[in-house]
Amino acid sequence: MRIVVDLNKCQGYAQCAFLAPDVFTMHGEEALLYNPHAAEEERAAVARAAAACPVQAITVEGLHEGAPVEPVQVFSGAPWEPRDGR
Amino acid sequence: MAADYVDWLRREGRIVIVGASLAGLRAAETLRAEGFTGSLTLIGDEPYEPYDRPPLSKAVLLGKASPRHTELPRRRHLDAEWRLGVPAAGLDLTGKRVLLADGEEVEYDRLLIATGVRARPWPVAEEAELDGVFVLRTRDDSIALTERLRAGAKRVVVIGAGFAGSEVASACREMGLEVTVAERAGAPLVGALGGVIGAVAADLHLENGVDLRTHVTVTALEGDPMGRVRSVHLSDESVVEADVVVVSLGSLRNTEWLSGSGLGAGPRGIASDAGCRAFDFRGIVTDDVFVAGDVARSPHALFGYQFLSLEHWGNAVAQAETAAHNMICSASDRRPHMWMPAFWSSQFGVNIKSVGVPPMGDELMIIQGSTAERRFVGVYGYKGRIVAGVTFDNARWLEYCQRQIEQGAPFPVEYPTVDRRPEGRKAVPADFPDPSLPTHGPTVTLSGYSPADRRLVFTPGHH
Ligand SMILES: Cc1cc2nc3c(=O)[nH]c(=O)nc-3n(C[C@H](O)[C@H](O)[C@H](O)COP(=O)(O)OP(=O)(O)OC[C@H]3O[C@@H](n4cnc5c(N)ncnc54)[C@H](O)[C@@H]3O)c2cc1C
Ligand code: SF4
Repeated sequence: MRIVVDLNKCQGYAQCAFLAPDVFTMHGEEALLYNPHAAEEERAAVARAAAACPVQAITVEGLHEGAPVEPVQVFSGAPWEPRDGR
Repeated sequence: MAADYVDWLRREGRIVIVGASLAGLRAAETLRAEGFTGSLTLIGDEPYEPYDRPPLSKAVLLGKASPRHTELPRRRHLDAEWRLGVPAAGLDLTGKRVLLADGEEVEYDRLLIATGVRARPWPVAEEAELDGVFVLRTRDDSIALTERLRAGAKRVVVIGAGFAGSEVASACREMGLEVTVAERAGAPLVGALGGVIGAVAADLHLENGVDLRTHVTVTALEGDPMGRVRSVHLSDESVVEADVVVVSLGSLRNTEWLSGSGLGAGPRGIASDAGCRAFDFRGIVTDDVFVAGDVARSPHALFGYQFLSLEHWGNAVAQAETAAHNMICSASDRRPHMWMPAFWSSQFGVNIKSVGVPPMGDELMIIQGSTAERRFVGVYGYKGRIVAGVTFDNARWLEYCQRQIEQGAPFPVEYPTVDRRPEGRKAVPADFPDPSLPTHGPTVTLSGYSPADRRLVFTPGHH
């Protein structure tokens, strides 16, 4: 499951940290830390957390059982040195 | 005819996106969501599908996430062709072709450029290549740095106390590592938030055991005979022994591949109109080339029509959505990119957030809480108006600040504090460094001149 939280929207109310504590945790009083790549067994908890977020800041892909992530084919075989050749 | 073209484009046109990261992905999703059924190609030089960068200096270093797994969730099916692991090397504006470094060419009817920025490397190449010297921008950078820090380090030196550098220093302290931070200005975050708030950030560093050195520059990195970094030389002639150095000197815009293309692209980014259409080098707007994200700079009506470059996550998302919308709609349906600048950072357990353009402000007022408690709301004023807000552990106030900015609310604020505190009663100079001096701190750059002083009635975009 892939997760991203729009931390501009997030108000730090911690509902997600309460509902899926292995994925979302508060760091200090209101900063949210989360794992963007949650384990499959967290699915139900993450679904509850995303639904409970009062500002709808949590986006999840792969929330539904059997919903495959669209495959991405990497075309170029030869790896390029990212900082050169620009 | 124009309408016919847009209809045709939406049905069977070819759209190419260069830069397959946050802005590129969100634009691709928006194109499909708004009914584009033609062919969609994403070109990215990193051999990875789009991943999120903010966790790399936070959750990843703190052991909460893997540097290999910050892939961005997709909001919908894309049905796109991905060309990953190969950079775009040139652009033929008249032939409407992107040239790839492997010699291939990709033709487009409309192009979106979202090539972002890269970390500014340590300027002395031999020193930058020493083992133990890192930058932090990409997944590969993050993997390398995280592995090294996990293996243990005697001392980490962070060069540059902007947001990224401060976050790295904070995470290292949490990992129990000794950290020295070297900053040219008088305090961390001054380029982004000014000296008053910078002083609060400096206290956070010191309280958390960071050896903070301000008003110094790094003059040299010294290696041992094995090519590993051994020490860092500072302008005050002190020498700090270190086995890890994190260079956090801001970023460079990825526009070199466009040189000679005729597009208005350079070290300050790619200029566009408020509708995300790129300018050519003559300052004439193009019809088929759009820009979004960290690489773009565009005029903002709320901030004197200055061209803003915003290295902000939220800007990349909003600008990508607007660019994508404008790419496939008729002229009368175009929207301006009028996103309210906003960002967050968390360091030393404190949630720092901002809206508006702090570096535009010359005065600051604390309207709630107190800097001594590291829990406050500050607003920045410019020419009698509120232009920005900042909160430390007070995110709930940000919306209020945003409304004040949108309404052009007066500054100084009438009733300064709700819970009256001495420092809240008066506006003080925000204390930004001289903009003509080089800094690496700010992630917002005012890079233009206002064509008009008229204020437009501000209507936020539909995000
Ligand atoms: C460590 C870190 C922490 C951050 N934390 C925050 C935060 O807390 N809050 C916040 O608001 N923002 C934060 N940001 C900034 C945020 O990540 C960026 O604003 C965002 O990534 C911008 O997205 P983008 O798609 O415009 O550009 P980028 O993410 O830079 O993507 C551009 C892509 O284009 C590729 N590319 C470049 N040249 C070429 C070429 N010629 N051909 C093909 N591909 C090319 C690049 O390799 C890259 O993959 C952080 C950034 C970093 C690095
Ligand atoms: S529930 Fe939403 S607002 Fe609350 S901490 Fe989680 S993401 Fe933030």
